[in-house]
Amino acid sequence: MSAEKQYIDFFGEVHDTIAARSCAEMNEQRESAFEAFSAQGFPSPKVERYRYAKVEADFSPNYGIALTPLTEQLPPYCFRLTNAEPQVRILYNKVADATDSIVALNTMLCVDTLVVHVPKGIRVEHPIQISNILKGEQDTMVSRRILVVMDEMAEADIIITDRAASQSRFLTNQVIEVVMKDGSHLSLYEVEETHLLCTRYNSVFVQQGRNSSLHHTNLTLFNGHTRNRLDILLQGEGSEVTANGCVIADKMQRVDNNTLIDHQVPHCTSNELYKYVLDDSAVGAFAGKVLVREGAQKTSSKETNANLCATSSARMYTQPMLEIYADDVQCSHGSTVGQMDEAALFYMRQRGIDEKEARLLLKAAFITEVIETIPLESLRDRLHVLVDKRLRGELSKCEGCKLCK
Amino acid sequence: MKEKNSFVREVAEKKYEYGFTTNVETDIIEKGLSEDVVRLISQKKGEPDWLLQFRLNAFRYWLTLEQPTWGHLKMPPIDYQAISYYADPTQKKKQGTGEIDPELMKTFDKLGIPLEERMALAGTAVDAVMDSVSVKTTFREKLQENGIIFCSISEAVREHPDLVREYLGSVVPYKDNFFAALNSAVFSDGSFVYIPKGVRCPMELSTYFRINARGTGQFERTLIVCDDDAYVSYLEGCTAPMRDENQLHAAIVEIVVKERAEVKYSTVQNWYPGDSEGKGGVLNLVTKRGHLRGANSRLSWTQVETGSAITWKYPSCVLSGEGSQAEFYSVAVTNNYQQADTGTKMIHIGRNTKSTIISKGISAGKSQNAYRGLVKVASTADGARNYSSCDSLLLGSHCGAHTFPYMDVHNDTAVVEHEATTSKISEDQLFYCNQRGISTEEAVSLIVNGYAKEVINKLPMEFAVEAQKLLGVSLEGSVG
Repeated sequence: MSAEKQYIDFFGEVHDTIAARSCAEMNEQRESAFEAFSAQGFPSPKVERYRYAKVEADFSPNYGIALTPLTEQLPPYCFRLTNAEPQVRILYNKVADATDSIVALNTMLCVDTLVVHVPKGIRVEHPIQISNILKGEQDTMVSRRILVVMDEMAEADIIITDRAASQSRFLTNQVIEVVMKDGSHLSLYEVEETHLLCTRYNSVFVQQGRNSSLHHTNLTLFNGHTRNRLDILLQGEGSEVTANGCVIADKMQRVDNNTLIDHQVPHCTSNELYKYVLDDSAVGAFAGKVLVREGAQKTSSKETNANLCATSSARMYTQPMLEIYADDVQCSHGSTVGQMDEAALFYMRQRGIDEKEARLLLKAAFITEVIETIPLESLRDRLHVLVDKRLRGELSKCEGCKLCK
Repeated sequence: MKEKNSFVREVAEKKYEYGFTTNVETDIIEKGLSEDVVRLISQKKGEPDWLLQFRLNAFRYWLTLEQPTWGHLKMPPIDYQAISYYADPTQKKKQGTGEIDPELMKTFDKLGIPLEERMALAGTAVDAVMDSVSVKTTFREKLQENGIIFCSISEAVREHPDLVREYLGSVVPYKDNFFAALNSAVFSDGSFVYIPKGVRCPMELSTYFRINARGTGQFERTLIVCDDDAYVSYLEGCTAPMRDENQLHAAIVEIVVKERAEVKYSTVQNWYPGDSEGKGGVLNLVTKRGHLRGANSRLSWTQVETGSAITWKYPSCVLSGEGSQAEFYSVAVTNNYQQADTGTKMIHIGRNTKSTIISKGISAGKSQNAYRGLVKVASTADGARNYSSCDSLLLGSHCGAHTFPYMDVHNDTAVVEHEATTSKISEDQLFYCNQRGISTEEAVSLIVNGYAKEVINKLPMEFAVEAQKLLGVSLEGSVG
């Protein structure tokens, strides 16, 4: 219970400060979250969904805890929770799994919530980009919260990027809640390119209404330790989801993606594709569950996880799960762990491409399958460049952008 | 509709044809579990001190454990003090003439397991176990000519103590899990097989387990040791009477496979699955594991599971010998309120080891059928290869089919593949059969048998025929 204690004590000390900086909707949930967290503590590896995460170790170091609210100047469709419409404000903490103690810790410590609200029938022309930049001289823990509400027939692209602008240790505990009403369309991209000292816990919860469609892509290009939880609740008939992800990890990096696609009603479709390239002593984990509830007939679901281990010290844990309680369904999953195709390497070397370059090309091609599914062209092009740079080991180098100066 | 109902009822009544009980004088010890009970079992079997100590250690360790709950199962609470841990139906034989009670003979005859060697199917030696005691082992002398030891484990403890002591608990230690600790403390009879170097066992060896007495559990223990270059094919069958109580079956099977040796282990599990309301039935909580110690050794598990109210077992293979190969073929059928959480573990330690997993689940009625499997490739297992394929077939909208594969790969030269599908019988296939005058019921049976064929083909002939019949019977009445 030692790791929990510092958070429990801290909450006791700063409870009033947090409450003063925050708003009524968030403060209302704080006490019950505190109770849930203190009762459960951090999940042990015996908790199935945290099997591959090292939660205690990740949360044990002594971090300074950031308690800064958002600024008032926000772009169109973006609000602080206090400034959002009442019907949006009440959705706070309604979709997230309150029994998850990492989520409870976020609810307990988070000061402000960024709301993206797209009203009925509006199609947002340009992608909304949310950049999270970690900066500071001290080791810092950040609790972030985002609430996305897509009203009926609304359409938007949201890109969330995580970067670090200084070399301190950072711990991010982020919760994203998404409510998609009937007929809405959302593309949600998450791109992480931080550094080896960054730990990220990210929990995304999506609730989908009738005929809504979601395209979620989660790209972990550079990180320290990352644990992503993605829960998609298909609650309206005819809803569709594509949940893809790719991971490039080397050195001592650790990436754990844990997804659940919950088919609660008939006629829904889900597609999932996750690809990992692991080098050096990187550890990758993928646990994806597709749950088809009783009565969710005519479900179509496909889940694929492919992994490339490039060294003998890289480790991959994969666990594609199907839990099905309805008979008229088509569900499949496939998972592979393997290495590079020697024949393809040979082919390239025959044509004068040196081995290093050939290996790089193969890795890039492997990841490309995920990137090619992204509908947003500009992002796709940018990602191709980023992946190439990443594989050449150039991504972690600071380019001296204006943020660092 | 009326006609269909009567048909369904008829099937439900005849469904489990091994549900009779045998009236035989049985020596049952008091219910409950304590150190005294463990000592009593050991004493009744006249065991040496080392084995008693093994049991006591296991029992003391068991006391520190709690029953695991991670299975995808709704397990009724088990009162370990309400079970009698030893039931001996052969006591008459011991007191009197040395003859087997004719009631027992009749029982096994009825089950199709002849204990008279002259009546037996040529080519199969049987060890028949009822409740806690081995009734008879056939063809022992004939096997002994080749140096093969095939007897009950109690006899093996008396006659070949060195062998038993060397291998008992070496594959499944008593600290392995809750049920393994329980079994290690109270195990009664089971079979012991030793195939010496270079011997190809001339006949199929078979053990038939029967639970008979009320209020008891069965805790048998099987140990198979196959020495260098030897081969054996081993069959296991099991049944139990129809009772409205849940009976516990917590066995351990340990297999040691040495260099270039090959073991085929086939099971047709037909425990009483409970009635159509889900009342009664056997709780089958078994630990089965093979250790491929030698280079180029082979082990295959083939199982057809139609019985038991709850099945929770993972016949597994530890592949430590270089180039060793393991296979797992399984068909698990659940109907009514049956629950199964079963699969396998393939642990690759040696270089160039290969494993194949083919699992077919069929769920009907209100049953839940889960495949759970682990493929682990250690960093030492260069060139390891695994292929897993798990298919589930759903017959009905109230049942569940689940797949929980775990793959832990710690080696870059390993290739691990897993694929799974879940679907129902396609309307097209049914329509095609109907068009050709095959009724829906028959068509389903035909399609299911075709679906399971890949596994059934791996069974020895007599078993395959039985398995095919069982599949038909288990699924009758589940269509519509």
